Amino acid sequence: MFSSWISWFLSSKGNEYFCEVDEDFILDRFNLTGLNNEVANYSQALDLITDNLDDDIQDSLRGSLDVQARLLYGLIHARWIVTARGLAKMIEKYKRADFGRCPRVLCNSQALLPVGLTDIPYEKSVKLYCGRCEDLYSPKSSRHGSIDGAYFGTTFPHLLFLVYPNLIPPKNGPADFGGPPNSLGGAGGVGSGVGGVGGAGDAGRIRRNRIREEPEPSEGGGDQIVTSNVALKADRYRPKIYGFQVHEIAKLQRWQEAVRDRQVSRLEALEEAKKM
Amino acid sequence: MLSQRSVPPEMHQQAINDEEHISAVEEADEIMEEPEEQEDGYTSSTPTSTLTWISWFCSLPGHEYFCEVTEEFIEDDFNLTGLNNMVPFWKEAMEMVLDVEPDEDNSKIPDVSIVESSAEMLYGLLEKYDGGVFGICPRVYCMGTSVVPCGRSDIPGLDTVKLFCPNCNDLYVPPSSRFQGVDGAFFGTTFSHLFFQTYRELAPAPFWRPPQIGEAPSSPRSSQGSNQRNSPFVNPNPNGGQKRAAGYVYVPRIYGFKVSERAKSGPRMQWLRLRPEDPEDLDAVDWRGRWIDDEDDGYDDEDLEEDVDRPMEDFDPDAMDGDDDDDEEEEEEEAASTQGLGQQHSLMSPSPTVSSTTRTSPTSVGVPYTPQEKSPMSPSAYAVSPVYSNNDAGRVHVVRQWVPRPEAWAGAIH
Repeated sequence: MFSSWISWFLSSKGNEYFCEVDEDFILDRFNLTGLNNEVANYSQALDLITDNLDDDIQDSLRGSLDVQARLLYGLIHARWIVTARGLAKMIEKYKRADFGRCPRVLCNSQALLPVGLTDIPYEKSVKLYCGRCEDLYSPKSSRHGSIDGAYFGTTFPHLLFLVYPNLIPPKNGPADFGGPPNSLGGAGGVGSGVGGVGGAGDAGRIRRNRIREEPEPSEGGGDQIVTSNVALKADRYRPKIYGFQVHEIAKLQRWQEAVRDRQVSRLEALEEAKKM
Repeated sequence: MLSQRSVPPEMHQQAINDEEHISAVEEADEIMEEPEEQEDGYTSSTPTSTLTWISWFCSLPGHEYFCEVTEEFIEDDFNLTGLNNMVPFWKEAMEMVLDVEPDEDNSKIPDVSIVESSAEMLYGLLEKYDGGVFGICPRVYCMGTSVVPCGRSDIPGLDTVKLFCPNCNDLYVPPSSRFQGVDGAFFGTTFSHLFFQTYRELAPAPFWRPPQIGEAPSSPRSSQGSNQRNSPFVNPNPNGGQKRAAGYVYVPRIYGFKVSERAKSGPRMQWLRLRPEDPEDLDAVDWRGRWIDDEDDGYDDEDLEEDVDRPMEDFDPDAMDGDDDDDEEEEEEEAASTQGLGQQHSLMSPSPTVSSTTRTSPTSVGVPYTPQEKSPMSPSAYAVSPVYSNNDAGRVHVVRQWVPRPEAWAGAIH
């Protein structure tokens, strides 16, 4: 038997995305403001997740109570992971790649973060955000694919990178937290079909190294980080037929890169203005 | 020896049957001889043999991506030019692939592979594509676009097979580890793109216009947006992709507010997924990737500042209400999956006015609906409902803080 409802919940299969919410966060009623309107049998559900439920409660209620307790824990979880302590706990999980790795080949197995598309429960399942390509992916396993996105919220990954800018993944090169190799021979020399936009620039390399030297992420401290031109280092896939680019796709990609370049020059101008 | 194989086994059988009827004819002798020879040389052509090597190979676990290459194609030496330099034990391998009785048991896996990339195979793969055999794009906003296998190299042994999504034009790692032993060169770098060149109706177009707002924003039932969606999609470029693209681009938000690009953690990669609204917009960039007329291209700098504050996904909340009665099949699926919650699914994050704390309707005591989505997003999610109802019990009326404009979509990041 598990010592508490929360540790039982966290160790259940399919709940790997959740982190442990500190008990004193749950016990502070202020943090739960409004949740009594979201969860039926709120007080009993709260008693259940804090292990204070009376043993003589009817079995018929117990079944639905478990469902309500999960909902309540999920909604508390969404609020918890955007607190300082909650972010720190989720960073540990992020570094273990508990949320999986980006399926995009050129993201080099970048670790992902969970995110919701809405903060309202029962609307959309959880998605995974890649800090490298800045896009959303569906979880591989249907077990994770059925978790409510509101249990993580729309804010979490973006607040994490806002608070810890030194954790923003580099746009190229290997993943920060040692991704598994995914090529047949292990050799990385597959160049023929893949066009990259420039190689690893020096700035990117320096930035990565610096991140590695910092064992513990610290809040703030990203003053030296400049991200105005990181998009230029991102690799992209260029479809080719017998070595020749496909016209319509190449045209779209040129347009996209022109949009990118315009943003880069806009951000670099801002950066310049800041120095002056 | 091999060339005789060009007559399929059934035809020999047929020949034997015919021979009984027309034995008096002179040619009958020749026909007679040929099957005899076949029986000697090819075990698989006997009625007892049920499975060819090719069928067996394609039915192996993890080989679902392969389609069967016809023997005629393999027998034409021209199609195999150069392969004998890449495959050790070439002769033995060929004998195994073509079910020729090998001189001795030889387990070298032959390379049916590069052959796969040929146009000959396109039709076989079309069937598989339509059947969704290769899976769907994991990217949420590709909305379940089917993917095709694709190699990153034409040289065997370098990399495993990947999946190409024609909507985001990107490559993904197959979700199941059992494909991580399949060589990408068996599909090649060319095939997937040739496939979409051949079947243009499956290729998403390079431009995308979000559903339009109805003429009068005050009348939510006006269904201009959905009319537009129901009208057949046409790419003015007849050689271009003829399928309507799935064009949404993800916009990160913190507490409902978009993350500014001025933040260090602000969006830097939206260009990777962006499409212009009109096909002509693509011509605004020259072959070197520069804007042809930076002053007058409709994306000039005054626009930019303004654009930054525009919601990218908040297009058309009104047309969305009008969607309720629309006839998208997927919408029905989606509606069914909400099990009477009566809510429009919305892909967007709630606007600041719709936070969970404003929600007044208690969740029903019954077992809550677990979000299950057949596809990451159905067309119903094109429309975003700022008003959700819970069986009309706790209807929340939301005060809109901005009036979305038709141009307020992903193009905002220009």
